[in-house]
Amino acid sequence: MHVVLDEPKCVASGQCVMAAPDVFDQRDEDGIAILLNENPGDELHAGVREAAAICPAAAILLAEK
Amino acid sequence: MTVSATGETVLPPFPVPRPASCPLQMAPEYGEWVAQEGLERTVLADGTPVWAVNRYADIKEALADERLSADGRNPNMPGPGTGPDGTPSFPRMDDPEHNRIRRMFTKDFTVKRIEAMRPGIQKMADDLLDTMTAKEGPADLVQEYALPLPSLVISLLLGVPYDDHEFFQNHTMLVLRSGVSKEEMMGSRRAMFSYLLDLVERKEREPADDLLSRLAQEQILTGQLRREEAVVSASALLVAGHETTANMIALSTLALLQHPDLLARIRDTDDPKVVANAVEELLRYLTIVHSNVFRVATEDLTLSGTRIKAGEAVSMNLPAGNWDPAYTTDPGTFDLDRDTRGHLAFGYGTHQCVGQQLARAELQIALPTLLRRLPELSLAVPAEELTFRNDMIVYGLYSLPVTW
Ligand code: HEM
Ligand code: SF4
Repeated sequence: MHVVLDEPKCVASGQCVMAAPDVFDQRDEDGIAILLNENPGDELHAGVREAAAICPAAAILLAEK
Repeated sequence: MTVSATGETVLPPFPVPRPASCPLQMAPEYGEWVAQEGLERTVLADGTPVWAVNRYADIKEALADERLSADGRNPNMPGPGTGPDGTPSFPRMDDPEHNRIRRMFTKDFTVKRIEAMRPGIQKMADDLLDTMTAKEGPADLVQEYALPLPSLVISLLLGVPYDDHEFFQNHTMLVLRSGVSKEEMMGSRRAMFSYLLDLVERKEREPADDLLSRLAQEQILTGQLRREEAVVSASALLVAGHETTANMIALSTLALLQHPDLLARIRDTDDPKVVANAVEELLRYLTIVHSNVFRVATEDLTLSGTRIKAGEAVSMNLPAGNWDPAYTTDPGTFDLDRDTRGHLAFGYGTHQCVGQQLARAELQIALPTLLRRLPELSLAVPAEELTFRNDMIVYGLYSLPVTW
């Protein structure tokens, strides 16, 4: 799985950090999401898919391999 | 739509009051609206016609559609869209302007920052319950606990002296009442505006460790944000920050008292995940923001098969969306084991609630603390005597008399 974050769209809701804390964090200066791991391992896929599904800004894109 | 005795069609009100017999349930009309494609033509308390968007999928589509504008300067935007000087708050702006200003506020609401506030919130909750239980019961849980907790938290975070809480709580009530005259509402908005204007000016000269000081130093004094822009948005935060959570605490308490088995599960668990999902289910089940999520069409468009003309106003029916059987099965049941992901209680799209992580932390602390410290908690009046806030932008209880 390859994860892409469309940063300009992010509205700093923090939902991805709740769903997949090992893959997403938020910048201290404005809460915008940071991608910690572009190619998360299998055990993290469920959380990442959830994050992509609930992101209110549709800012998380997944390419499944 | 119904037809009156004289043969004219009468539009249903928005929001439709919840049934007096089961005030925690949705109006039965919402179930009918969700069952069919299309938007419902409805009318607000002040007579403005709006299209109600009811289905889960339609609400998400609408809140992601850039042709539906949140701009408060649009004359067709229902309610007062701007502050007294014509400046809208960022919730009443569109991107990119909205996101530019929103990002000046989001720093203080990240998952990490809110986690760090938890011990302080826990202490405030314990102190409030100490004070309440030091007196003889019964007490009004709204005045003693549900309202002061989020009010203290947001005051501290913004840097608004809590000593002035009566002033801003009263004006917040007026700003959020759907029935008050425009003059009365504008009076309250002006009072809050000039109060905050003075406060922000002070923070420019004498900064402290709070959001308004940071905004003053980093954004206003550097010319990124006009003082009036900062104040009108700060005022939106102050209003949104305490009334919403306050009503969730009180209404959730009532819902739990009516479901003793679920109450016991939340009280007795030591698994934070159980509490967290219970809070999400309460947010979905109660969906207290039952009005005011308005947008105005900037061009003709079709949504859910309904043609919306440019300039027409649209209102998201979040309670209906969260009770759409296409989103979740058996939506009228309060179910702690439900998969609550993707609920719409905090909205969706670029305006999704800024304070959602704070609200979650407050509820995850306030509810178990109340239930554990007062295991005998019960209503002090018959449930039929409770009065519900059908006339407010945020649904809830005017008071909740309890004994313990
Ligand atoms: C349980 C509590 C809460 C609920 C149910 C709630 C619900 C909502 C909803 C539905 C929206 C979207 C409005 C729209 O799209 O037009 C929203 C936006 C907002 N909320 Fe909350 N809220 C809660 C708590 C809070 C708190 C604690 C704060 C402040 C600290 C807050 C501040 C805001 C702000 C500033 C916006 C506007 C965001 C924007 O337009 O970008 N809310 N909230
Ligand atoms: S869920 Fe989406 S909008 Fe929210 S912080 Fe993550 S990327 Fe940003």
